[in-house]
Amino acid sequence: MASTAGGQPTAGTGLALQSKLTSILGVFTSLLLTFIGLTAITFVIGRMMPADPVLAIVGDRASQEVYDQVYLQLGLDKPVYIQYLRYLEQLVEGDLGTSIMTAQPVLDDIIRFFPATLELATVATLLGIFVGIPMGVLAAVHQGRWPDHIVRVISLVGYSAPIFWLGMVALLVFYANLGWVAGPGRLDVFYDGIVEPATGILMVDAAMSGEWDIFHNALSHLVLPAMILGTFALAYIARMTRSFMLDQLSQEYILTARVKGMPEYKVIWGHAFRNVLVQLITIIGLTYASLLEGSVLTETVFSWPGIGQYITNSLFNNDMNAVLGGTIVVGACFVGINMLSDLLYRLVDPRIRK
Amino acid sequence: MSDSKLLSVEDLHVTYNTPTGLVRAVSGVSFDLGHEKLGIVGESGSGKSQTGRAILGLTATGGTVGARRLEFKGTNLLNASERTMRQIRGGGISMIMQDPKYSLNPVMTVGSQIEEALLIHNRTSKRVARERTYEMLRAVKIREPERVYKAYPHEVSGGMGQRIMIAMMMIPEPDIIIADEPTSALDVTVQLQVLAVLDDMIRERGMGLIFISHDLNLIASFCDRILIMYDGRVVEECTAAELEQAQHPYTRGLVNCLPRLDGGQDELPVLKRDPSWLTPPGATR
Amino acid sequence: MTTEATLRGWLLAEIPTSKLQARCQRVFIGWLDFKRNPIAMIGLLIILGLVVVAALAPWITTSNGLELDLANRLKPPSSQHWFGTDELGRDIFDRIIWGSRITLYIVALVSIIVVPIGLLIGTVAGYMGGWVDTVLMRLTDIFLAFPRLILAMALVAVLGRGLENAVLAIALTTWSPFARIARAEALTIRNSEFILAAQMQGISTVGILARHVTPLCMSSVTVRLTLDMAGIILTAAGLGFLGLGAQPPTPEWGAMISLGRQYLIDQWWVPTIPGIAILVVSLGFNLLGDGLRDVFDPKSGN
Repeated sequence: MASTAGGQPTAGTGLALQSKLTSILGVFTSLLLTFIGLTAITFVIGRMMPADPVLAIVGDRASQEVYDQVYLQLGLDKPVYIQYLRYLEQLVEGDLGTSIMTAQPVLDDIIRFFPATLELATVATLLGIFVGIPMGVLAAVHQGRWPDHIVRVISLVGYSAPIFWLGMVALLVFYANLGWVAGPGRLDVFYDGIVEPATGILMVDAAMSGEWDIFHNALSHLVLPAMILGTFALAYIARMTRSFMLDQLSQEYILTARVKGMPEYKVIWGHAFRNVLVQLITIIGLTYASLLEGSVLTETVFSWPGIGQYITNSLFNNDMNAVLGGTIVVGACFVGINMLSDLLYRLVDPRIRK
Repeated sequence: MSDSKLLSVEDLHVTYNTPTGLVRAVSGVSFDLGHEKLGIVGESGSGKSQTGRAILGLTATGGTVGARRLEFKGTNLLNASERTMRQIRGGGISMIMQDPKYSLNPVMTVGSQIEEALLIHNRTSKRVARERTYEMLRAVKIREPERVYKAYPHEVSGGMGQRIMIAMMMIPEPDIIIADEPTSALDVTVQLQVLAVLDDMIRERGMGLIFISHDLNLIASFCDRILIMYDGRVVEECTAAELEQAQHPYTRGLVNCLPRLDGGQDELPVLKRDPSWLTPPGATR
Repeated sequence: MTTEATLRGWLLAEIPTSKLQARCQRVFIGWLDFKRNPIAMIGLLIILGLVVVAALAPWITTSNGLELDLANRLKPPSSQHWFGTDELGRDIFDRIIWGSRITLYIVALVSIIVVPIGLLIGTVAGYMGGWVDTVLMRLTDIFLAFPRLILAMALVAVLGRGLENAVLAIALTTWSPFARIARAEALTIRNSEFILAAQMQGISTVGILARHVTPLCMSSVTVRLTLDMAGIILTAAGLGFLGLGAQPPTPEWGAMISLGRQYLIDQWWVPTIPGIAILVVSLGFNLLGDGLRDVFDPKSGN
């Protein structure tokens, strides 16, 4: 009986909290830097814009005097960094300029179009999570056998298919030929404008005002684009789940769990999956963020009145304020969601990373 | 001793089917285990760990296990159902692995992992399980069980991790513990503490221990009986006291390689291998 | 002994006698691994097929895919027009074949831009360390955090629509992962003995980066590049579909889908076939990339 040594956990809770805070601070710093980078790029793009910003305001029949006045007003005589700071100031105030196409502040336009994109991307991501994760786990558990091969093929095809083309084919089959779902757009024309927009997400608004017909119609319009967009999410999530799961299943703590006499399903879902889930947080964040931007193509195919379509239409009308404003907002969401999932990951994972 | 026999292994084989052909990891190992401390010593690849895994029915995929007899307290482990095997694992035979850094689940608290081992085999309330866990942590000489209960594996040191591992594997009160290099990943100073804890627990509970190690010295001082394995076979079996009189040239080689204070050797001896060791003594096939 | 047997023996000899032999052996053993993986082989066949078809385009096709034949508009697939004809009577099969050249052109151009930039930034950051590393990696992270398609769209809006600008925009949003990979590799070998030896021989930093660090990054960069190819092709096709990439009448597959879209219901083959072409090629790159990863980096994957 040589040992009476007790022990203490090597890292005290106070220390753990401190290093957790440091790492969260790190996330915010990189969020800020990335955002500055994003605005710098849109600023440069705005500078490189072939059209003369002064002419766009005064028109080409204005006198030189008026032109010069506006030129000074816009601060174009100042050094570039002053102009950039001014631009940042405007952004912080929420001033994204006025859209030529709609003659309204770009921000207002975006607030109007954004919920549609949010709705689409959210449903698609949920689909990816609830179908993709079980598929990935199934494949990993049966590695090298037919469930694995099927999941691999599905996810590779989902990964490789051009989403806009897939959407077109789906429209052809399920809408034009089979008539199972409603066609392009968010609602049938005669339902338009009945429900008061409260959240901007049609199904929620319809349910809140008890208009179940509209709810069903909106759902029927949503199903197809959400599934198409969800295909990518599903493929990506399934693939990553499989590879994380394979990695975890080969770890030694799995053997420990089996040695304890634990049933296999508990080993998989109780032990391995907990670790996989921690890793999946970032993947899900990444998927959601990339679906927000990836919906551009889906929105075009399904005439979905979201931010992607807004940007595309503005682009074709040379409405640069709208394009850049849209880019900034989508970019900020993209960056924001990624950072958020990174943050969540750090909070959830007990092993505080450097 | 036969009445207290816990485990009997006769002619155990483990073979792996690899792309380069059949690999025999264990070929023809036989031994009995009572309420005693049995050491299995051998170099890496000698099949000692594979023997432990095969007893638990946890041979990695691609491997096949065969034996003339593989019995735990009268239960044939060779054709036992998965359900029976699960009851035996943890409840009857348990295993302590090498490195607590990898063998504990990094995202679960220490307490819940220990508690879980109990709850698989005993239906008790959460509260009782928690009390038993504290008790167990105290038994492995952990001073603040309440605090360690809530800790995550990365927050504890290697020595404490291994004591936690011992607590976890002992809590369902198995009859046999297989300890697979339980101290090899630890600092020398901590090794002795952990061994002492293990020794106490085994003795108090009257369990059988299979201690697997590459360290002949350690095994000789810790175990009652020793099996020496080479290339998947047991080349020698003796009690710890008789080790100096071992017959097999491999064992002799190993014993001679141990540095000693009194020997006055000029050079450290090197183990010379003989291909004839690869054929089993009095080959029967 | 046949020459084949001696060659095999030379390739599998346990102790290589020359640098060349060692190098060939590594490739050969990798190839043996790779050959066993049916999925990767399918990928390789698809990509080889694409290259062969692109190279032999003048001999495979009967037209240049641009000439109009208004008498034969929107003809369904037949023995004469395997994939039918489009709204201007052009043979879709021929356009697909010529389009394969554009696809390869895009992929090659993006790789040529992206790999050197990524390698340069990554190896310099990893090898130099310190503030150089911090600054370069911050920059990389910023680009890594950007939404790819939207940024490419904004850039194309400024630079003007067209294939080259689309490629440039894609390249600008693609280089960052390569810098990350190259940095990781450079970090792990920075302190290894042979780099130390090279430093003591007085080889310059540039020399070490170019001769020693870069070659070691190549295998992981190759794997990543192959896997990224599919993404590049899909983004390029997406830009083409939106009308921001290759402009008509160029037989770029994405643009072909865009033009054929209105004929989807009655003449399904017009937009469907280019889509299948994109799917097959990007699938090919994904399969090949997966296989290469298994060979080069057995840890990830299976």
